[in-house]
Amino acid sequence: MRVLLVDDEKELVSTLAERLELRGIEAGWVISGEEALKQVETETYDVAVLDVKLPRIDGIRLKKKLEEKSPNMKFIFMTGHGSEDDYRVGSMEAGAEYYLVKPVNIELLVKKMREILKE
Amino acid sequence: MGFELGILGDAGLQFFGKMTASISHEIKNVLAIINEDAGLLEDLASLAEKGRPLEIERVKVLAGKMKAQIKRGDEIVKWMNRFAHSINEPLQVVDLDEILTLMASLAERPSLMREIALEKEPRRGRVTVRTKPFILENLIWLCLDFAMAGAGGSKTVVLGCEAGENGVRIRIKGLKGLSELRGETFPREEHKALLRAVKGDLAVDTEAGELVLVLPPDAG
Repeated sequence: MRVLLVDDEKELVSTLAERLELRGIEAGWVISGEEALKQVETETYDVAVLDVKLPRIDGIRLKKKLEEKSPNMKFIFMTGHGSEDDYRVGSMEAGAEYYLVKPVNIELLVKKMREILKE
Repeated sequence: MGFELGILGDAGLQFFGKMTASISHEIKNVLAIINEDAGLLEDLASLAEKGRPLEIERVKVLAGKMKAQIKRGDEIVKWMNRFAHSINEPLQVVDLDEILTLMASLAERPSLMREIALEKEPRRGRVTVRTKPFILENLIWLCLDFAMAGAGGSKTVVLGCEAGENGVRIRIKGLKGLSELRGETFPREEHKALLRAVKGDLAVDTEAGELVLVLPPDAG
C-alpha cells in the first residue's frame, strides 16, 4: 500500500508518515496541494489522505484535481476544523471514502485504508 | 438606534465566530502534532521492547518538538485570553500597539491561508486611546480582511500606528492591489456602524496602497 499525505503542518505530516512506515506502509508526504499534484506525476499512490483546509487549493478541490491525474486513487479527508457532522457530510458529498478528525487515531486510519483498498 | 445595534451585534458575532474558529483550528493542529510525536515515542518504545535499539537522540528530539508545540499552544491561548478580555469594560484606555499585535496574531492563520504575510511595524512610543476595544478589534479585522484582498502582488500587509494632533492613526500598508477592488463597496454598512461606535474615520488611499483608520483620543 502506498499513501500520500497532504497537510500544511509539516511536523504533523512528516511524523505521521514515519509512523505509517513503521507499520509497513509506504508513505510520502507534502505540505501543499501544488506539491501533491506534482508528486502524482511521477509517483503512484493507492490512497491520499488530505487535510480539508489547505492554502490556495482546499482539500475538496485538490481531490478533484488529483482524481484527474490518478483515477484509481482513493481518498480520506482529515480536519480539525468545524463540527464533525458538517465535515462528514461535506467530505462524503465530495466522494471521499472516509473522514477523520484530528488528532488522528493512526490505528483507525490504517484499518480504514486497508478496508478501502479491499473494496 | 435599534438598527445600528443590530448591525453592531451581527458584525460582532460574526467576528467572534471567525476568530474563535480560527483559534480552535490552530489549537487542534498543535494537539494533532503532539499526538503524532507522542504516538511515535510509543511506537519506538514498542519496538525497543521487541529488541530494536532505542535511539536516545531521536527521543530527545521528539521531546523537544513536543515542548515547542506546547509553547506554541500556550501562545495561542494567551492571545485567545487577551481577546476574551476585550469586552471586560465597554470603554477602556488601550495601548494601540498591543491591539495591533493581538490582531496580527489572531489574523495570522486566515492570512496564511490567503498567502499573505502579516507584519506589524515596531512600536514607536506608547500610543493610547480611550475606546471600545472589541468594536475596534472588529473594525481592524474587517479592514484587514479587505486589505488582504487588496494586497495584490506584494503579498505582505503591514500594520502600524502613530499619534497625531487630533487623535491616532492606524495604517494598513502594502496594498498594491487596491485599485483592482474599485468595484467593491468599502466601507460597507457594518464598517460604517463600527466607525460610528468608535467615532472613527476611514480613508482608502489607492495610490499609496493604504487604509488609514483615524481615531479620536476619547470615543466616550
